Amino acid sequence: MEEKLLEILAELCEDDVVKDSLTIDLFEEDLLDSLAFAELLYAIEEQFGVIIAPSAVAREDVNTPEKIIALVREKLDA
Amino acid sequence: MSFFSGSLFFIFLIPALVPAVLLGLLGKPLRTYRNLLTVAMILLVYLPAPVQLLYLILYCVLALLLTTLFLSHRKKKGREPKVFYAALILALLPLIVCKCAAVFEVSVFGFLGISYLCFRVLIVLIEIHDGVITSVSPAGLLSYLLFFTSLSSGPIDRPRRFEKDDTAVFSREEYTELLYRGIYRIVLGAFYKFVCSEAMYYVLHTYIDGYQSPPYLVAYAYVYGLYLFFDFAGYSAMATGTSYLLGIRMPDNFNRPFLAVDLRDFWNRWHITLSSFFRDFVFTRFMIFAARKKAAGSRLQRASAGLILNMFLMGLWHGISIHYVLYGLYHGILLAVTEVFQKKSSFYKRNRQKPWYIACSWLLNLNIVMLGFLIFSGYLSEVWKELMH
Repeated sequence: MEEKLLEILAELCEDDVVKDSLTIDLFEEDLLDSLAFAELLYAIEEQFGVIIAPSAVAREDVNTPEKIIALVREKLDA
Repeated sequence: MSFFSGSLFFIFLIPALVPAVLLGLLGKPLRTYRNLLTVAMILLVYLPAPVQLLYLILYCVLALLLTTLFLSHRKKKGREPKVFYAALILALLPLIVCKCAAVFEVSVFGFLGISYLCFRVLIVLIEIHDGVITSVSPAGLLSYLLFFTSLSSGPIDRPRRFEKDDTAVFSREEYTELLYRGIYRIVLGAFYKFVCSEAMYYVLHTYIDGYQSPPYLVAYAYVYGLYLFFDFAGYSAMATGTSYLLGIRMPDNFNRPFLAVDLRDFWNRWHITLSSFFRDFVFTRFMIFAARKKAAGSRLQRASAGLILNMFLMGLWHGISIHYVLYGLYHGILLAVTEVFQKKSSFYKRNRQKPWYIACSWLLNLNIVMLGFLIFSGYLSEVWKELMH
């Protein structure tokens, strides 16, 4: 799951750095914008069958690859 | 009468904040006092126009019924798009009727704050649909919807964020921090609104209004833009500061918007709670919806369509006048252009960090923004009418 998710993220950010530094701030570093964020939510829904509503997460809950992985894992386990 | 204007409002407000500050400094809960003050302030502002008070109450009853019924439906039946859309339309209907009636210069169900109140109800409904809000208490909902500092003109807080502060009891140290930040915002806001904005208004109507030649139009755009900023940012800062004193950490609405280097940056700094509402509740959802339905077009085309739709609706929300529609489309199209340029242009990618590029981009953006305000002001249609005669 983790690898797949990082793959998706790298594609959306157009940068492989997200695979290596899991604590990088995606919004601060201009890696993820509103558009890519929407696509990320959809990709997660399609790949893992997990619906994450845009209002369910604040920016600071999903601003690093690490946090995104944790969130999806938590949803998958629930 | 309206909130944060006129001496009468402040004559009531300032002494009424003293007990709140004392309670806060003693580390006591502020909730009861805050709610009582909200009732008193609403009566003060709306009683001169009792019909508006009646509409306000009716809309709140509608909001209570809608949210409660929708929540119980959501819990029993899960996500049902049709019911969800029906609930949204019912919540929006009074606003739509009111705005349409305004086009014909009649007032139907109009009351101070309807636009903002309506947005808060929409947020609650959407978050119920998302499964993020799982319980609604009438008292909690009403204090979120009606909190007087932001009732009529924002900022637009989020229900779960508000609830956290609404139920919190701050220690003396925490409250002292809130007090400082609150007073800073109130003083800054008052300076913006009663000094800077008044000065801009004076300049605008004494020296510029009424002339139609191009240099005057440029001057109008800049002075009106500054007036709008000082007026609205000043109002918002006073509202936010007062909220802090009452124990609610209301989000800021402005963050030095004229320093923005591009249009996207501008919308992260100008009327922030409105633009983030549109980002989270319209744009993001539109993009997910388009992806789900496998909509045609490239990623950038979909994004452009999303941005234009987003800003078009934002324009309409201000009112159904040609200049608001144009203002929305203007920003939507230019945001789409910005998006395509920043994604496609190698020139942009090479130079975007360089000081000269940032300086040029800032200057261009400032002029785009000011031209947008000129459209927003409606002055152009007046000029147009003059020229046609």
